[in-house]
Amino acid sequence: MGRIGVDQPGRRMLLSGNEAIARGALEAGVQVCSGYPGNPASEVVEALLEVSRDFDLYVEWSTNEMVALEVAGAAAATGLRSLTAMKNLGVDVCSDFLMTVNLSGTKGGFVLVTGDDPAAHSTTTELDTRNYARMADVPLLEPSTPQEAKEMTKWAFELSEELGLICMVRSVTRLSHSRGVVELGVLSRERRKPEFTAPPPWTSGSSTFTCMFHDMLHQKMKTASEKFETSPFNKYEGPEHPNLLLITSGPSYTYSAEAVELLGLQDSVGILKLGTTWPLPEELLFKHLRLAQEVLFVEEIDPFLEQNVKMLAAEFASRGLKPPKFYGKKSGHLPAVGELNTELVLRALSGLTGVSYSPRPSEYASRAEELVGGYVPGRSMAFCPGCPHRASFWVMKRALKWEGREAVVTGDIGCYSMGLLPTGFSVEQTLHCMGAGIGTACGFGKLERFGFDKPVVSVSGDSTFYHACIPALINAKWNSSNLLHVVLDNSTTGMTGHQPHPGSGITASGEPSPPIRVEELCKGIGVEVRVCDPFEVDEATKTFYEMLKERGPRVLVFRHPCPLTESEKKKRKPRVYVDQEKCIGEECGCMAFCSRVLGCPANIWDYSKGKAKIDEVLCTGCGLCAKLCPAGAIVVEEEK
Amino acid sequence: MKDPLNVLVVGVGGQGNLLASLLIGSAATEEGFYVSVGETYGATQRGGPVMSHLRLSKRRAYSPLMPEGVGDILLGFEPVETLRALGTYGNPNIKVMVNPRPVYPLEVLSGQTKYPEVGKVLEAIRELSGEVVVVEATELAKRAGDARMQNVVMVGCLATSGWLPLRPESFRKVVVELFGENSPNLRALELGMAEGKK
Repeated sequence: MGRIGVDQPGRRMLLSGNEAIARGALEAGVQVCSGYPGNPASEVVEALLEVSRDFDLYVEWSTNEMVALEVAGAAAATGLRSLTAMKNLGVDVCSDFLMTVNLSGTKGGFVLVTGDDPAAHSTTTELDTRNYARMADVPLLEPSTPQEAKEMTKWAFELSEELGLICMVRSVTRLSHSRGVVELGVLSRERRKPEFTAPPPWTSGSSTFTCMFHDMLHQKMKTASEKFETSPFNKYEGPEHPNLLLITSGPSYTYSAEAVELLGLQDSVGILKLGTTWPLPEELLFKHLRLAQEVLFVEEIDPFLEQNVKMLAAEFASRGLKPPKFYGKKSGHLPAVGELNTELVLRALSGLTGVSYSPRPSEYASRAEELVGGYVPGRSMAFCPGCPHRASFWVMKRALKWEGREAVVTGDIGCYSMGLLPTGFSVEQTLHCMGAGIGTACGFGKLERFGFDKPVVSVSGDSTFYHACIPALINAKWNSSNLLHVVLDNSTTGMTGHQPHPGSGITASGEPSPPIRVEELCKGIGVEVRVCDPFEVDEATKTFYEMLKERGPRVLVFRHPCPLTESEKKKRKPRVYVDQEKCIGEECGCMAFCSRVLGCPANIWDYSKGKAKIDEVLCTGCGLCAKLCPAGAIVVEEEK
Repeated sequence: MKDPLNVLVVGVGGQGNLLASLLIGSAATEEGFYVSVGETYGATQRGGPVMSHLRLSKRRAYSPLMPEGVGDILLGFEPVETLRALGTYGNPNIKVMVNPRPVYPLEVLSGQTKYPEVGKVLEAIRELSGEVVVVEATELAKRAGDARMQNVVMVGCLATSGWLPLRPESFRKVVVELFGENSPNLRALELGMAEGKK
């Protein structure tokens, strides 16, 4: 059984923020969980999947976040407790439903966990989903530590049920993917029976009904606000009359606390850590703003607290509050983009208080900088050894060159987003959000009448295809857009940790489910489709080249499994080595093709001999380099 | 013990940083510490530099990222990544345990830049550290059955080095709980432990 299902109340366990959220849901008696994989939120669903049998949960990977929220919403409408987890951009995808289910309400506890990604470590935007809580008028909780993530998630279900309103829990990468000690609570074994009785209908209504539901929503939020005034998730530490008050939320609280400690400012600087950040606990803020002369907001991504608290301060003026001086992102004391850390808070505090701090001698720091600068090479991301995407991009690069016109190649979200980088030979030229590759290709593919004569190629992975590409493919067919859509089908959701998808033949919980093949979908739509293995380099190049010449919407599936899936890893791999007698070393007409051009981390250089070599620890035995070596010096030795 | 005690685990995506930090963190949890472990992942399987920050305290849960210059112990799975981390988190007292086997970056494979001589890198690491132990962990891991288990070998070595306020038995317990009594990982841990005692 999964780690989060341990039935030992009081035990201390090292859990990630995501595991802690999942544990909180178990302690709250969650029965249904859904989501779509996306960093940094995937592990919430995965942790619940691991215990789904033991706790009789229904857990699914949905085709996209919209469906995921709807699946969980339906369960909650029948009185069950349900949770959906997704990354920041997923909330964009499900926002239509979010903006109506806030009005229609819920019977059982209904919790939406969002994973924001300050600094966009594994995302294409720094979207701050707290704004959605304000836009949809739903309660928002922001945990700072894994322990709090567990407690808050559990409470979110109770709050949601009490208010009859979906509740959001906002995590960030640094919480979701950090581990901390969590003291386990009591597991709930309550199993409710779903009931869906009409009337009243489950709807956000229309015209006067919508206005009525909207008014009810405001009443619910008023109740939430009152509850938040006394919530233990909001706490103040510091002197009674601080010179400077930090208002903070999420992991920024831990950076703030450490910075204050390192500067020894505990007697003059106070920290108001808010866990309930929408609606804001107004009276609590009034009390603390009255006692502070200066305020510094410490929060990640948007100035959400900063703007909303300033608005409140304007209202408080009529109650005699003399507004303190406000510092934060707007004043430039903290950066308005990227992730925060203790350094950044230290710097802001030093600037405001004049107290400074230096962790190591300056001579050490400058010498370290010198040595690192002198010796340490850059290290950019690369496709893993054996990755079929390397082969696919090589094929596309070669065929595009033969074709001669400079094609537009639009990219999409997945490991293959690295098609923009040297590891993918910089074949891709665009990258936005799920499905935008083929969507924008629909547009590029209709510009011919204005004199745009480049071939248009769009790229997506298999999971992305099911998630967001199908409506655009139908659009391409309907409006006869000239585009070649390439599906890099590695039979899994690679980027996020190998979750199954509709083409995998199994569901999230491992139940068999007939695979929905990309090519069959295309045939159903009436789009020409061909399938080949990118490791059959010559055939794949020829097919891609031929299809590039054709007109109308076309789909080419490059199919080869990701070598990192558990089933692939178990297969015995052939030994690949370089016959250094045959290798012509630096004389290679293709500039040491294998290591310099192909860019596989396992193709290394033997400096002592001036010849190529295979790093046998890294090599997965795919044999791509053997097929492409101009001297035929790389040998693939099949296992006997 | 210095409180908080700041431990870094650095390497290249795919080298098993996550498991190493989970083992150390779980052993510390066993012994009643507040532990915070910050991971840089998302691109970890894709060959970029990766780092785990472990912070052990008897007082409270510290932030999952340590401030610059305050590293106490650095476990390095790759020589230039170890040096890179010292540049940001090092100080004259830091203790370093390093696997000297290079993993070549794309920039080196493509010929844009050269990988420095490992001996020179180790020299630089020594200059920037209070104490350095070089562990041929990949070689030891091969003896345990799989070169990729160098991460567990390194953790084993750290467990018996006396640098951490943790008992080696706690590590063994964690590995057994995760992988069972007869796992190659336990063999790798024990090989590392024997090496760490030397």
